[in-house]
Amino acid sequence: MDGAHDMGGAPGFGSVTEEPNEPPFHAEWERRAFALTLAMAMPGGWNIDMSRAARENRPPQDYLSKSYYEIWLAGLEKLTVERGLVKPDEIEAGRALHPPQPVKRRLSPEGVARVLYRGAPTGREPKSPARFAVGDRVRARSFNPPNHTRLPRYARGHVGVIELVHGCHVFPDSNAIGAGENPQWLYTVCFEGRELWGADADPTMNVSVDAWEPYLEPA
Amino acid sequence: MTHDHDDEYSELSETQLRVRALETILTEKGYVDPSALDALIETYETKVGPRNGARVVARAWSDPSYRTWLLKDANSAIASVGYAGRQGEHMVVLENTPRRHNMVVCTLCSCYPWPVLGLPPVWYKSAPYRSRAVADPRGVLRDFGVALPADTEIRVWDSTSEVRYLVLPMQPEGSEGWSEERLAELVTRNSMIGTGLPKRPEEIK
Repeated sequence: MDGAHDMGGAPGFGSVTEEPNEPPFHAEWERRAFALTLAMAMPGGWNIDMSRAARENRPPQDYLSKSYYEIWLAGLEKLTVERGLVKPDEIEAGRALHPPQPVKRRLSPEGVARVLYRGAPTGREPKSPARFAVGDRVRARSFNPPNHTRLPRYARGHVGVIELVHGCHVFPDSNAIGAGENPQWLYTVCFEGRELWGADADPTMNVSVDAWEPYLEPA
Repeated sequence: MTHDHDDEYSELSETQLRVRALETILTEKGYVDPSALDALIETYETKVGPRNGARVVARAWSDPSYRTWLLKDANSAIASVGYAGRQGEHMVVLENTPRRHNMVVCTLCSCYPWPVLGLPPVWYKSAPYRSRAVADPRGVLRDFGVALPADTEIRVWDSTSEVRYLVLPMQPEGSEGWSEERLAELVTRNSMIGTGLPKRPEEIK
């Protein structure tokens, strides 16, 4: 779904400020929120697209007022409650009040290195040939989907050129709503800055997005 | 509580309390093992970080055949140095040249190549960077104190899929013939994102 997380080109956020010698985490609760999120995917059974959707799908004022790991925490609470792994009264009480749901697996300390090293590749065997080839001109579709998508608003309706073909990958728009992996061809599509931002844009600037085939039409 | 954590403040914020509550519930219900959480945290605090990427870049600078391999098949070339996995499953390496400067962003969230750079810094995840990198990249570079020639192409890569991008910066003049270990000292995290340049040899002498 569209929301405040889709920030490309949004005005008014000001300049970028870097913190010198920044640590990976800024508080103990950030460490725990990060690790809980990674560890719960295995017993919870959700995928990365569901996690992203859970973090994004909130009112803009809520998304913009939360820090990064506050959004992760809110996303994790939502996923666990939606699946009945945790009940809302337990979150309020701060302790378990109901029996656990059976889960297939949980992450063991010994399994951490192996699970991280393996990762979760999203490449899949193609079942049909790619519709586009490097050099083809394509238009990013103009749509406003009700569910999760990875086509940023700033690219929609604009014409770009296929620069890389990455093979078939899990399609987030399906995977996020539990409709299966539905693998689709994935491309890097490059747009001229002036195509995206108008004639006054920096002529030396080009911007690409990675776009699955259903996001694109011939131009 | 199953864990005693050191807190910087005696009064706990609502967020701290909510995280503690959730960890307690998930642990009591047997969904998570707190020692697995400790292992995850230790991994990203002590083992995985931008020094990994610096080793890859330094090898590419000192070994032309490795550089060719890295640009053609980044996953295999990076795995040969020992790095792979979560949030780096599909790596592409972008070569900076005098004509083209690459810069990586994730406008939709915070996609970042963990195995080679670790967890992203706050600025990378912030609204100012995510909003402006694709619309005014030279302005963003100015925020970082970087000025590039007016005719250099600025090529911005928005990481909207599970493909992860690592920038291969240009090797600084005066570092020819250096060992990989010394070269790695020139490689900054930001130079591998594209918001910075490598250090000059005189900066580390």
